[in-house]
Amino acid sequence: MKSSLECGWQIALLLFWSASPLWAAEPGGSTGQGTSIFSPASTPAKSIADVSVFVLVITGIIFLVVFALLLYSVVRFRGRATDGGREPAQVYGSMQIELAWTIIPILIVVVLFLATARVIHAVQDAPEPAGALDVIAIGHQYWWEFRYPKLGIVTANELHIPVSDPDHPTPTFLQLLSVDTDHSFWVPELAGKTDLIPNHPNRMWMDPQRTGVFMGQCAQYCGTQHAKMLLRVSVERADDFGAWVHAQQKPAVEDAGAIAGRQVFEHNACMNCHAVGGTPADGRFGPDLTHLMSRATIAAGAAENTHDNLRLWIQNPSAIKPGSLMPAMQLSDADLDAVVSYMETLH
Amino acid sequence: MSAATTSFPNTPEAWDLPSRGKVAMAGLIIAESAIFTIFVVAYLFYLGKSITGPTPSEVLETPIFYTICLLSSSLTIHFAAKCLARSITFAFLGLWLLTITLGGLFLYGTAREWHRLIYDHGLTISTNLFGTTYYSLVGLHAFHVTAGLIMLAIVAVFGLTGRVGVKQSGRIEVLSMYWHFVDAVWVVVFTVVYVLGR
Amino acid sequence: MSSNVITVPVGQIEARPWVDELHQWLTTVDHKRLGILYIVSALLFLVIGGVEALIIRVQLMHSHNNFVSPEVFNRMFTMHGTTMIFFVAMPVLFGFANYLVPLMIGARDMAFPRLNAFSFWLSFLGGLLLYFSFLGGSGLYGAGNAPDVGWWSYAPLGARAFSPGHSSDYWTLALLVSGFGSIGTAINIIATILCLRCPGMKLNRMPLLAWLNLVMAGMVLLAITPLSAAQIMLLIDRYLGGHFFDTQAGGSAVLWMHFFWIFGHPEVYILIIPCFAFMSEIIPVFSRKPIFGYPVMVAATVCIAFVSLSVWAHHMFTIGMSSYANSFFTLTTMVIAVPTGIKIFNWIGTMWGGKIQFKTAMLFSIAFLFQFLIAGLTGVMMACSPFDWQLSLSYFVVAHFHYVIVGGILFALFGAFYYWYPKMTGRMLSERLGRWHFWLFLIGFHLTFDVMHIPGILGMPRRIYTYEPGRGWDTLNLIVSIGAFIQAIAILVFVANLIISYFKGAEAGNDPWDAWTLEWSVSSPPPAYNFATVPTVSSRRPLWDLKHPEDPDSRYE
Repeated sequence: MKSSLECGWQIALLLFWSASPLWAAEPGGSTGQGTSIFSPASTPAKSIADVSVFVLVITGIIFLVVFALLLYSVVRFRGRATDGGREPAQVYGSMQIELAWTIIPILIVVVLFLATARVIHAVQDAPEPAGALDVIAIGHQYWWEFRYPKLGIVTANELHIPVSDPDHPTPTFLQLLSVDTDHSFWVPELAGKTDLIPNHPNRMWMDPQRTGVFMGQCAQYCGTQHAKMLLRVSVERADDFGAWVHAQQKPAVEDAGAIAGRQVFEHNACMNCHAVGGTPADGRFGPDLTHLMSRATIAAGAAENTHDNLRLWIQNPSAIKPGSLMPAMQLSDADLDAVVSYMETLH
Repeated sequence: MSAATTSFPNTPEAWDLPSRGKVAMAGLIIAESAIFTIFVVAYLFYLGKSITGPTPSEVLETPIFYTICLLSSSLTIHFAAKCLARSITFAFLGLWLLTITLGGLFLYGTAREWHRLIYDHGLTISTNLFGTTYYSLVGLHAFHVTAGLIMLAIVAVFGLTGRVGVKQSGRIEVLSMYWHFVDAVWVVVFTVVYVLGR
Repeated sequence: MSSNVITVPVGQIEARPWVDELHQWLTTVDHKRLGILYIVSALLFLVIGGVEALIIRVQLMHSHNNFVSPEVFNRMFTMHGTTMIFFVAMPVLFGFANYLVPLMIGARDMAFPRLNAFSFWLSFLGGLLLYFSFLGGSGLYGAGNAPDVGWWSYAPLGARAFSPGHSSDYWTLALLVSGFGSIGTAINIIATILCLRCPGMKLNRMPLLAWLNLVMAGMVLLAITPLSAAQIMLLIDRYLGGHFFDTQAGGSAVLWMHFFWIFGHPEVYILIIPCFAFMSEIIPVFSRKPIFGYPVMVAATVCIAFVSLSVWAHHMFTIGMSSYANSFFTLTTMVIAVPTGIKIFNWIGTMWGGKIQFKTAMLFSIAFLFQFLIAGLTGVMMACSPFDWQLSLSYFVVAHFHYVIVGGILFALFGAFYYWYPKMTGRMLSERLGRWHFWLFLIGFHLTFDVMHIPGILGMPRRIYTYEPGRGWDTLNLIVSIGAFIQAIAILVFVANLIISYFKGAEAGNDPWDAWTLEWSVSSPPPAYNFATVPTVSSRRPLWDLKHPEDPDSRYE
């Protein structure tokens, strides 16, 4: 009968659905590609994951109960040919039943709300401890600017932060700003997302408890290349982080062999947008290039940081990221090679 | 399942439902109130947030006279409608024309105010947040006054040619609901812009 | 016993020249014809919006695909969303309301037939205006034509600086124009229901469809207008140098979000409440019992309408509101689940103890209950704002709202089509094709939208024209895309059913379903004047009373 097919279908869906959290939880972000919200590596992400599981369990129970009632009614009360056309008892309602299925849901809502409110306050109103690292993240179309105000560092797209020991926490507190449209900072394994909105500074924090590289990307549609505004967060042990900071604080490497390229850079429009520390180039529209070669990727993760990609990016950015605001520089081959060589000296 | 006829038991009951014109106008007023509310919220939100340019207290002058004109026009239209319902057509017409005059005066006052603000103080819709929100809110209201005056003028034309009588009093009441709404909005706008905002 | 219907045997009406027929349709003020115009135009836009969805799904079938450029992709998701909400869902629901409300309350037409026609044509013009952008507009960096700012056009992306050209102006104007049409229809529905009910039909005897459309219309007045206001402000910014959303001048991007979602959230209740209405008419008839808890259903709907005006910022949990604001909106959003859940229980209560007939309309209704339950529960998950800090702006949300809109609204609409098509055309839709439609669509729907939740949980944001390999999203997106094509085939079966049955379907007669509300007392299709004599009623189910004089409802009310 049609209804048994209907039931069978509904049961199949039920099994499919209940199995989905299993598929969703992926182990480990330290391989560098996992972005599951259920493998948290930091306190905010963990608090979120814990309350989420609680909510999932409660909604799961509600689903099973109501689904069972639906299934039962569809099977038990199907009309049969042997009915003889008689109508069933015409029941209009029942105040007791209505009260029951009003009060129970209200109680569930109270429980869920209280559990949620605790986490909201714990995450949002967490005070900043003395040992915290301050970073300012500034959203651009389509790249991330990161400044470490107390350390005098300006970099782009790849965030380096220290790992945090739960006993002596060294969290990172980010202030989120934007120079143009709305963006959103989302690295699922480290924290929930928070938006970067012009004229509306925001604040978020994370205290990753394992080292590794954590991936994310912009989550608020910001224009043509929203999809390629990727995030890469390197969480490092204190000594490695210190070494990175030290290297970033130095001005740009001055390599005598790259003079020709540096001249191309400074005589064309490059320095209008880009900055190279210790040189006259101090443009702020595009990423800071002082330590470009310390980054694994270019164009906010759109391409690996290789010689060929660098060359292609400068020659024809549309080949990598059409719609990005980097103009094609129209350089001659000689100039292009020279400036790429110069870029490659900027460790 | 044939195309049989069906009929219903007659249950004699008094059956008196509201007039559809009034219900529709009430609906329109509710919708328009929501639009005005959003503009008022924007105005209040942006008070004190302009980065440059003149502030409300520097340039605004309370339009008391023209406000009195507009609010009295509510009285005149109310009495006009009452007269029409009692078939006193001459009084209805006189009060109706007076309403239009008072409304017209209000618009004239708004125009004067805007002329002064633009030419004497350099405040335009693009000057700063105050300019944007002020001209939008007051302008939206003035637009509704204008639309109302056009409708009132059409009725005046019909009235002066003898076509408005007691049978049209229902429609006149619906129109006067709109006019009262426009006045009520002015009370709110006036309070927000000239009282709270300075 | 007076005759209420004048039947004219088929064959005695002269066929009119097609030009005359077209003219009749273009100038009609008959609520039934306008209803059909709304429905047919919505179906046209459904196909167009569906093609846009398929383009999106082909592009996302695997990582780093280049089926379309990023510019085209961004236009596709903008147009898909805008089309489906404003030019499919709203019109089709207004169409059914237009057709059914006067018939169900025993009236001859809507309160303002000419306003009705005007509202329809405004709405249709809005749709044409939106699509004219493909020819007339130009978008981000002069690179495109149709709007590509997302269907929310968040500030400052919608500002002149970031959207030069006119493409987003087409978005704004199309919605402004059709918004005025919606307000006109809403005023008409309210005036019709409050002022034109037939004698004896007190408010607590109206069919639930009338009640729910009354509530929906009231919400339209309060929800569409904030969007209209915001769009006027946006136009002032773009054309008169205003600074409403100009962050450089101290303006606030967040203010646009508030205004948009004050519209946007009640809007989704505006869309679902008429579907609740369909379910409240169809499920009782195919369970052979009256709706369980009529007064509670009305109260719950009114409750939903009020609470829905207080939940809007749950779309803004990630924008950095204070913990108090986030808690408040978490609470209100969870609260609104209570009356919504009550309705689901009442529908199950209606089926309980009944004798269920599994006609196609009922199959769609049962699937609605199952899917709306799930959609509501994923909504509760996102009501928990910390959970939402992860799920928001990801494919989990996309899955959730498609679960509501396709799994809920569209399934309910299909039910409504199978139920009322006989009344509108005089022919039955094919049950056989209906079952093919149902099963194909069910399979496609679940393949797409069940699986779609998972990439969201795995960190996939929305509105991205491509994604990175190695995130684990590839296979899942492929399955989602396959499901989309299965749904497309099902829609073709549905359209075929609509067309074939119009010519070859079995004759329906007045009352093919043995139902109880007034529209089944007149011929199929009804005469232009609906009722020869205006009926008087003494209960909620006037036809039940007539068919069961030994046990009429009027005895119990």
